Amino acid sequence: MRFDDFATGVLTQEMAKAAAPPTKLWEGKRGGLVIIECPQPIPCDPCHANCPTGAVLSFEDINDLPKVDFAKCTGCAMCVAKCPGLACFVVDLTYGGDGEALMKLPYEMLPRPEEGMEVDCLNRVGEPVATGMVIRVQDPQCDKTLVVHVAVPKDLILDIRAIRVKSHG
Amino acid sequence: MNVLRTPDVLVIGGGPAGLSAAVEDASFGCHVIVVNEDLLLGGQLVKQTHKFFGSAAEHAGTRGIEIAKILIDELERFSDRVEAYTNCSALGYYRDGVVTCMVGEERYFKVKPKKIIVATGALEKLIPFPGNDLPGVYGAGAVQTLMNVYGVKPAKRVLMVGAGNIGLIVSYQLLQAGVDVAAIVEFAPKVGGYWVHAAKVRRLGVPIYLRHTVKRAIGESAVEGAVIQAVNEKGEFVGDERFIECDVICMAVGLTPTCELLWQAGCEMHYVPELAGHVAVRDKTMRTSHPDIWVAGDAAGIEEASTAMAEGRIAGLASAHSLGHIDEEVFKERLREYWMRLDALRGGEAGSKARSGTSKVIIETWEGKGVEVR
Amino acid sequence: MELVEKHPILEFRHGRKVKFTFDGREMEGFEGEPIAAALHANGVKVLRYMPKKGRPKGFFCAIGKCSSCFMVVDGMSNVRTCITPLREGMQVETQRGNGMLREGV
Repeated sequence: MRFDDFATGVLTQEMAKAAAPPTKLWEGKRGGLVIIECPQPIPCDPCHANCPTGAVLSFEDINDLPKVDFAKCTGCAMCVAKCPGLACFVVDLTYGGDGEALMKLPYEMLPRPEEGMEVDCLNRVGEPVATGMVIRVQDPQCDKTLVVHVAVPKDLILDIRAIRVKSHG
Repeated sequence: MNVLRTPDVLVIGGGPAGLSAAVEDASFGCHVIVVNEDLLLGGQLVKQTHKFFGSAAEHAGTRGIEIAKILIDELERFSDRVEAYTNCSALGYYRDGVVTCMVGEERYFKVKPKKIIVATGALEKLIPFPGNDLPGVYGAGAVQTLMNVYGVKPAKRVLMVGAGNIGLIVSYQLLQAGVDVAAIVEFAPKVGGYWVHAAKVRRLGVPIYLRHTVKRAIGESAVEGAVIQAVNEKGEFVGDERFIECDVICMAVGLTPTCELLWQAGCEMHYVPELAGHVAVRDKTMRTSHPDIWVAGDAAGIEEASTAMAEGRIAGLASAHSLGHIDEEVFKERLREYWMRLDALRGGEAGSKARSGTSKVIIETWEGKGVEVR
Repeated sequence: MELVEKHPILEFRHGRKVKFTFDGREMEGFEGEPIAAALHANGVKVLRYMPKKGRPKGFFCAIGKCSSCFMVVDGMSNVRTCITPLREGMQVETQRGNGMLREGV
């Protein structure tokens, strides 16, 4: 019996690609663009309510799925910090060298990551798939939901969805 | 000791429903006594470290613990007319309208209020399996109490039973407290809670076994492990048993309303599966068949903190109105507003159970139903 | 005591540390916090033995509704240790069966 499927909270590759920004825009956007992985209608709208540019469009009904106008997104990551479901991720493809990208992820665990630290990058089922470098740590809402900026391999941006601070044996 | 208190309103239960009701009553000038069994006001909100969903009106994006503080602060603004007792149980409802209460194990007193709001919440359910009575089989709320309220490590390794919102959220909270979550087992073929809650724990490596349940607990004087197994559509065990090493088996299989006081008061009660147990029949102001008793929150049917707050407001408003503290027009307008809020909260797919359940026990009015209307 | 030392979101403000006894053994806990929580932090999970079959029972609901946590506290039986605040010098004992009425009651 397979347990790494959509029913247990693992987004399919197709849905992940569908939530991703259009490639051309994304490749040129400094600061990055947001990917919102929220595929189920639930009564919730802080992503829209807290978006400073209106990139996350307003909801007709509070149960609607979030929609993004990528032209307006600045990669500020306010939604990353505010989403109660930790479902928003900003990815900046203009960052760093050829094979690199910068990912801004929500983080609410211990130990607290620090700039310059190496972290395990985990995929949607918690498997470490790469090592990332912490570039910056913010607490934009001053409410302990950290937004961690991590340099990651570009080819894994649709897979990496969490980080774990490496334990020092 | 023969102290008899006579407030306008007695609110039994100081969680989101009770606090909201007390604030509403106090705001219209009522003298209110709140009795709360637990040591802290705020009900289950004080255990919720996660950010709430919903919209701004329901404090979306705010952690449950903060929402509790907001409600308590609101109540404190009316300290001249509200008394709140913690560690205080309402022991019984008597036919002469007296509710007996006790603080701790020693201080006994009686209350004869003009109106009563029962906001006594719920109790964790348990499923049957050998060893389900062993120390270490804890309700999800209990695990939260230990780690989020009192800073006590609840376990080294937990098996979570149930993938509704509570099971998923508490699993995440366990990880935050540095506790290993071995697995989440869910009897149904799908996760009952929000997809995003499941995604949060999956990406941190917690497996979710659908169509699985705990078969038995292992341990002599306390839980040392559990055996889980898959079940088919008929609920029969299939496949191989799997041993999970753990020292706590956390039950997140649902809550059931606790409203013994309503039974004592002779309120009309119905069994409603969608609301998870026996609940009081109520009119559109949350009044029970007893002319002086209202109900709100999980005691009226298992739902959310947001709906508990909305129902508490309605009960507070209606009880204050019945005492003559509110203008008819103001009452009607405010009641309409509160119902709009409640209906919106119950509007989506997530609220369909509550809509269907409440429709079975809500009546337009008690007039003409052979029940006294004052 | 097994405490959550650090937490990513919460800050714990405990009251005064006080001494109490459990079945005659001296232990430490925080004043004002539930007896059952203090016992749990000290590794005690068995709180009572049931009347008919003598099976061990511990914490379950933590909100005073299920009777699983009844213990004898300062000679009084059937005390809901999950919502009874710890005080200095309390004598807490495992309850065996239904307990006895305290003398003088």
